[in-house]
Amino acid sequence: MAYTIVTDECTACGACEFDCPTASIKEKDGTYVINAKTCTECDGDDPKCVELCPVEGCIIPLAA
Amino acid sequence: MSSNVIPLSSILALPVRGDAASPAAGGCSSKSCGSSKGPGDMPAHVWEKVKDHPCYSEEAHHYFARMHVAVAPACNIQCNYCNRKYDCANESRPGVTSERLTPEMAARKVVAVANKVPQLSVLGVAGPGDSLMDWRKTFETFRLVEKQLPDIKFCISTNGLALPDHVQRILEHNIDHVTITINMVDPEVGEAIYPWVYWDGKRRKGREASRILHERQMEGLAALTARGVLVKVNSVMIPGINDQHLMEVNAMVKKHGGFLHNVLPLISDPAHGTHFGLAGQRGPTPSELKQLQDKLAGGANLMRHCRQCRADAVGMLGEDLSQDFTMDRCGDVAAYDPEPRRLYREVVERERADRREAAEAASADLAAAPAAPARLVAVCTKGGGRINLHFGHATEFQVYEVDAAGVRFVGHRKADTYCLGGYGDDDKLDGILDVLAGVEAVFVAKIGRCPKQDLARAGIAAIDAYPFDYIETAIASWYAEHLGAHARDAIA
Repeated sequence: MAYTIVTDECTACGACEFDCPTASIKEKDGTYVINAKTCTECDGDDPKCVELCPVEGCIIPLAA
Repeated sequence: MSSNVIPLSSILALPVRGDAASPAAGGCSSKSCGSSKGPGDMPAHVWEKVKDHPCYSEEAHHYFARMHVAVAPACNIQCNYCNRKYDCANESRPGVTSERLTPEMAARKVVAVANKVPQLSVLGVAGPGDSLMDWRKTFETFRLVEKQLPDIKFCISTNGLALPDHVQRILEHNIDHVTITINMVDPEVGEAIYPWVYWDGKRRKGREASRILHERQMEGLAALTARGVLVKVNSVMIPGINDQHLMEVNAMVKKHGGFLHNVLPLISDPAHGTHFGLAGQRGPTPSELKQLQDKLAGGANLMRHCRQCRADAVGMLGEDLSQDFTMDRCGDVAAYDPEPRRLYREVVERERADRREAAEAASADLAAAPAAPARLVAVCTKGGGRINLHFGHATEFQVYEVDAAGVRFVGHRKADTYCLGGYGDDDKLDGILDVLAGVEAVFVAKIGRCPKQDLARAGIAAIDAYPFDYIETAIASWYAEHLGAHARDAIA
């Protein structure tokens, strides 16, 4: 499982990228994207990108 | 290009009163200079640091310009007065920017501005997020710029959470000016301001969030002042939440050796999408702000000339050229030419010494005036410490207080430009009359006949007898005459 960034909500501040333990977040075309292949959802901890994101509902679980 | 930029030629053409090489600049040791006005009021090494910084010296803000580059969009805390989702080119408030820059773009922009605005003396990183959370971009920007403009001053603004981790880097880049936003020294108060901070890998909420933030702010402040870095503390005044508490914040600033305390009125509007805006939390009225500032007199020195500028502001305080220097206009930048800035500084050295002498002479004249209540007056100026702006072109008024003790700057009041395309607009004039409430006279380089009459009807004298004169000299001389001859119509 992985998280994903809702582009319409993203302000592209890049805060989510800072503390990602698997370096799965990168800037792409003026917004940020999460690499679903490497995202581990922080292995059961509160996901750091969600904790850092200033916009509620911008980073959500990727629908299976 | 905005008409508010003072072309170098206009300054060069102005008459200088005394001997240009007069050594009077260093000679003011009496209280007549007022606090933080000149070299006589602080140790020489501190004056050297602040004399070209428009935010740290009220006197310098008449001469020098700053620019912010918006390279740091990420933030590690959430404040209830901030929402960076809604940026707008037409708004002027902290956290707002119309474009984000990479450090490379920022360095290009700095050169573009330096070539066109010789007043430029300070480069700041003030977000739109936190300059020290996004520290890689902040310091990379400084590294690139110092290669080309070794004499520009660097300045950062931070919430303080990450500050203790970066003290060494701040010293390495010779950053002499750091602003920390401190809205409380009691986590209980902080709970109503900060919903969360991100610290040590986790989002912290409630009182714990404010406790951590407070401890980190104190640690950072102490570390910087111990190393001689000048620290300005910004506090957002939020009525009913921290307004009275800011007395304690001010005492803390003084105790820890902060250089300046800047109390900013909360800017709150539902359209900004902030928690406070949506919840109907109001900002303070100008008189509430002034009352608090007056109560704080005698504590840490206050900054009263702040314009709460954007994260990409460019120009003298109170003007905003950011839209003249968007990246698409900074594309092919010529190499940096140091000559205009060098020449400008030379002129300013002469000008400010002359102005200081004039202001001291004016104070001496005032001392002879009979005791009378202080009067408030407004001034139209575009810099240089002179009355050099047409009433119709003023986007703000600088407000001074005058009595036998001297002429003192007390703040500024924003006004929409009254004159658009050469035609005065009556609705706008009504707004300006509100802005000028409590002011007895407004000093202008020039003013039309109709607005002059309208002002007179509202009990405000428009004084156009001192065009291009120094502000202090003109006000003092008006005050002396005014007191001497009540009946005389000073505006005739």
